[in-house]
Amino acid sequence: MNFINNITRVTSLLGIASLLLAYTTNVSHSGSNPNPQGVNKMKSGYHWATAPTREMQDDDFSNPAFLWVDIGSEQWTTKDGEAGKSCASCHSGVETMKGVAATYPKYSAEDGKLRAVQHQINNCRTQQMKAKPWKWESDNMLGVAALVKNQSKGMPIKVKVTGEAQPFYNKGKKSYMLRRGGLDMSCKNCHMDYTDTRIRANILSNGLGNGFPTYRLKWQKIGSLHRRFRGCNKNVRATPFKSGSDVYTNLELFLTAHAMGMEIETPSVRN
Amino acid sequence: MSMDKLKTKVLGRRQILKSVGLGALALAGTGLSSKTVQATPDKASEYLSKLTSGAAGTKGKVTVKLPEIAENGRTVPITVSVDSPMTDGDYVKSVHIVSERNPQPEVISFNLSPAMGKAEVSTRMRLGKTQKVRAAAVMNDGSVYTGDKEIKVTIGGCGG
Amino acid sequence: MAKKPRIKVPKTAKSGETILIKTLMSHKMETGVRKNKKTGKLIPRKIINKFVCKFNGKEVMSADLHPAVAANPYFAFYAKATESGTFDFEWIEDGGKTITASGDIVVT
Repeated sequence: MNFINNITRVTSLLGIASLLLAYTTNVSHSGSNPNPQGVNKMKSGYHWATAPTREMQDDDFSNPAFLWVDIGSEQWTTKDGEAGKSCASCHSGVETMKGVAATYPKYSAEDGKLRAVQHQINNCRTQQMKAKPWKWESDNMLGVAALVKNQSKGMPIKVKVTGEAQPFYNKGKKSYMLRRGGLDMSCKNCHMDYTDTRIRANILSNGLGNGFPTYRLKWQKIGSLHRRFRGCNKNVRATPFKSGSDVYTNLELFLTAHAMGMEIETPSVRN
Repeated sequence: MSMDKLKTKVLGRRQILKSVGLGALALAGTGLSSKTVQATPDKASEYLSKLTSGAAGTKGKVTVKLPEIAENGRTVPITVSVDSPMTDGDYVKSVHIVSERNPQPEVISFNLSPAMGKAEVSTRMRLGKTQKVRAAAVMNDGSVYTGDKEIKVTIGGCGG
Repeated sequence: MAKKPRIKVPKTAKSGETILIKTLMSHKMETGVRKNKKTGKLIPRKIINKFVCKFNGKEVMSADLHPAVAANPYFAFYAKATESGTFDFEWIEDGGKTITASGDIVVT
């Protein structure tokens, strides 16, 4: 089994058998719901961030991601499209979004597949506002997505992985386990098998999405989880998928389910 | 598209190592890479001396606060504080921050005034590599004090 | 994209108190040494090169910025509260474009 192979690789490479074996065993027994009790051994990326990076996130003022949350607040009440509506026309104040993002990605009967928060925003724009959809990585989209998710900050992640969402969760899981690219590596290889180990100067995290959209020091701006996926894919020399694609949205559900019960930190600050 | 896939498939071990190496080089630059210009400790001194009208300065009174290790050289919080009462008769006129190993020595110069009440300024800077960051404070009487801090800038892992 | 700076000035302070001011400005701080990946051409430098903070018209602090200041320039510094009034902030970009913001304080 692949699982056994991985353990063998971990132990032979690092030689700290008992410790890592115990850890790998814990996180690998995922099943259909990796975290049925809502409490898990997964840690937010905050755990691995250095003190100055944490400080930047802890203070809403110093956190540069809020420059985009401000853009989101402005867009929330800006009328756009032929219907002459803004987000606020239907949803009134943005505080009505409290807890909403904690359930995304979510199955949409209308689409017959999952919707991430960004899909929902664009659905509102095209269907309700009769406005043009926003590009995934545009400042407006990142701004409103961060604003909406920020309303759920501190709330536990609660996504549905059963029923209609199940097949998409399964696809996401498959995607997470699939080895890709020139380096022949899967998400799992780094973020499950080698969590807490150094990859040159960085320490591998659990690779969760609870703080996205996040301000990355590397990007020097805010960015989406799907942008991060693209970066990971490129690192293993694989052709990245498009942001907002089904593959990435399914993967987002799998990752989000991994972080079940964990607090939303959006917008976080990461390396 | 099909070419890309083909390339990926035939990518050998050496090529992978090569591309990883290139990636590391690119990361080392952390957005400031430049082959033609490069600050050195001497250039930093030269630049500082221009700002302080030739005074070399006395070490002391200036504290440079930087993390031991920068998680990412692209955004590094820095605070410089100067031991001064900041009164009309005795205050810090300016604080200069200089890099020894960035493409250019210049980072930022602050002009302070007694209206600040406290001689402490914070900002976020870019650091190309492990180096010493230096600060000089020019007092209202023309005297100059200096301080510095070593900081390690790590070259990222994958970081996507 | 709206480039609105964020400023933090306490609404009230006691006379003689030293207050902390923070500002954050949305800006790429393009260094001028980066190349466009597709064309190979240098991307021209465009940074905020000057920041000024005034209180009731008088300069409290100013800064001359170089490309080594990180994107989205952040400042934290102090000011002594002496009277009620307005803090005016100014960010000047290469080319002369100026962005301003202000914050009021009541000193008791």
